[in-house]
Amino acid sequence: MALRRPSTLRRILTVDLPMAAILTFTLGPYLWMFLTSVSNEDTLFTEGPSLAGATFANYVRLFETVGFGANLIDSLIVSAGTVAVGLSLSVTAAYAFSRFNFPGKRLLMLQFLLINMFPLVLLILPLFVLFRVLGLLDTHAALIIANSTVAIPFSIWMMVSYMNGIPRSLDEAAMTDGCTRLQALVRVVLPLCLPGIIATGIYIFITSWNEYLYALTLGGRNVRTITVAVQTLIGEYEVQWGLLTAGGITGALPATLLFLLVQKRLISGLTQGAVKG
Amino acid sequence: MTDATMTHAQTPGGSLPRRSLSRRVLPYAMLSPAVIVTLAIVFLPMVQTAWMSLHEYVLFRPNKFDWVGLQNFRTALADEVFWISLGHTVIWMAATIPAQLLLGLATAMLLNQHFPWRPLARALIIIPWALPSVVIALMWVWIYDSNYGVANEFLLRLGLIRQAIPWLADPDTALGAIILTLTWQGFPFFAVMLLAGLQSIPKSYYEAASIDGASAWRQFWHITLPGISGVMMTAVLLRLIWVANSFDVIFVMTGGGPGYATYTLPLYAFVKARTNLDFGYGSAIAVLFTMLLMVVVVIYLRRTGKAVE
Repeated sequence: MALRRPSTLRRILTVDLPMAAILTFTLGPYLWMFLTSVSNEDTLFTEGPSLAGATFANYVRLFETVGFGANLIDSLIVSAGTVAVGLSLSVTAAYAFSRFNFPGKRLLMLQFLLINMFPLVLLILPLFVLFRVLGLLDTHAALIIANSTVAIPFSIWMMVSYMNGIPRSLDEAAMTDGCTRLQALVRVVLPLCLPGIIATGIYIFITSWNEYLYALTLGGRNVRTITVAVQTLIGEYEVQWGLLTAGGITGALPATLLFLLVQKRLISGLTQGAVKG
Repeated sequence: MTDATMTHAQTPGGSLPRRSLSRRVLPYAMLSPAVIVTLAIVFLPMVQTAWMSLHEYVLFRPNKFDWVGLQNFRTALADEVFWISLGHTVIWMAATIPAQLLLGLATAMLLNQHFPWRPLARALIIIPWALPSVVIALMWVWIYDSNYGVANEFLLRLGLIRQAIPWLADPDTALGAIILTLTWQGFPFFAVMLLAGLQSIPKSYYEAASIDGASAWRQFWHITLPGISGVMMTAVLLRLIWVANSFDVIFVMTGGGPGYATYTLPLYAFVKARTNLDFGYGSAIAVLFTMLLMVVVVIYLRRTGKAVE
């Protein structure tokens, strides 16, 4: 025990302090933004952001005058829609990749990986032209389709990794008991990888919520997501940093909370492939 | 062991051809919804981009869609802004990725130690990764603000600068300021990936090494680095592709300015199409950029392709 003492001090110097410094760098900008958003607008530019006289006036203004509520609903519709499309299309595909060997399997899997690698500019220009012709510009559907280009391949890869973790013998046992392949998938495999599916769904939700360039290009007056609304604020209320930062915090909060909720499971899914590879 | 071969083994001579056929078709049937949709919303549009790049197509003259062959590409290669943007893309990646990697490695090694608040630190470190790029841009524009920004105030108080610097409005500092922002945004990704790598190295290696009297540095060099080199390579490749592709933070922070000081290739393609409505030329730049990026993508796919098998 006597030997432990100096090592605690050493640990604080070599681990705790550097870690605290890195965390300050990581969280500092975010906390600074929050502090600005609750600071009193009158004293913000004379005395700088401070907690003294903290107020939520900026948030009230954001919803009452600027109309952030409608933007939040647009973001919610687009993100939820993308989750629905992304998950429903990828469940059976992931099962096929996880449980069967068939000619062309590797090519098809790599194809889904490849999609995520293509630059967004390569897709955004033709999608704009395409949606203009179809009259889909400025609709929720347009943004859901655009976000699905990323969501589908991503959720296939994630779900393959989760399904690989469930022993094949379980499917086989179910099929011996008279289930068909699809029944084995629905009754045995899906319930078991439900936590993974939820994590994948939440990740898709977050990325669609955070998406900006598609929303800017394919949205418009009717459908304006939260990210576009925040960017518009920067243009319209150029020096009103209290209001701007309140917009930033509001836009970031849902995604941040969801992320903290599922980060453990998500990261194990994301890193699994990489560590093995 | 595949389902198809199992069926063959059980039914020599194909005595149950229907069942075997349905077994063979089943995986494709299960894949078809996802494959068909991605063909429609990803590959078709990509082909369309390539097609547009061979035409003169400006959106305010939508009926004019003239075949010009490789003219757009020739224009791009003679375009000064194209080369400026390419240069920035290279500088940007060469600075951001190593910075993210080093900071991420340091963070991962710290997180791999034992200290009481480790779970909290591990959860909080990834926050930048979950933030919308627009919000990241917004908060860093506020930090860099030339009149009231905290960056200037901080450096003035420390006496490192004599007067406030308009970080984003000065062509000399704008690219550097954005590189710092992107380092901040991206290093948690490395930290998380590398931490997973570190945890996969068996503890016994270190124990054996310290019994043999290896110094901490030698342990790092001979055990840690080889142990995480695989993950590190994958993370760097993934990040290269990701950083090269993303331009939303720059677009919101500076819009490419001042002048062309923060233009990168994807941003240039986007601005050409969005502001000048020149979809033909914009597509050509996008195609050229993609072709450059494919070099990295192919390396990555080769690695992953092996893992898939």
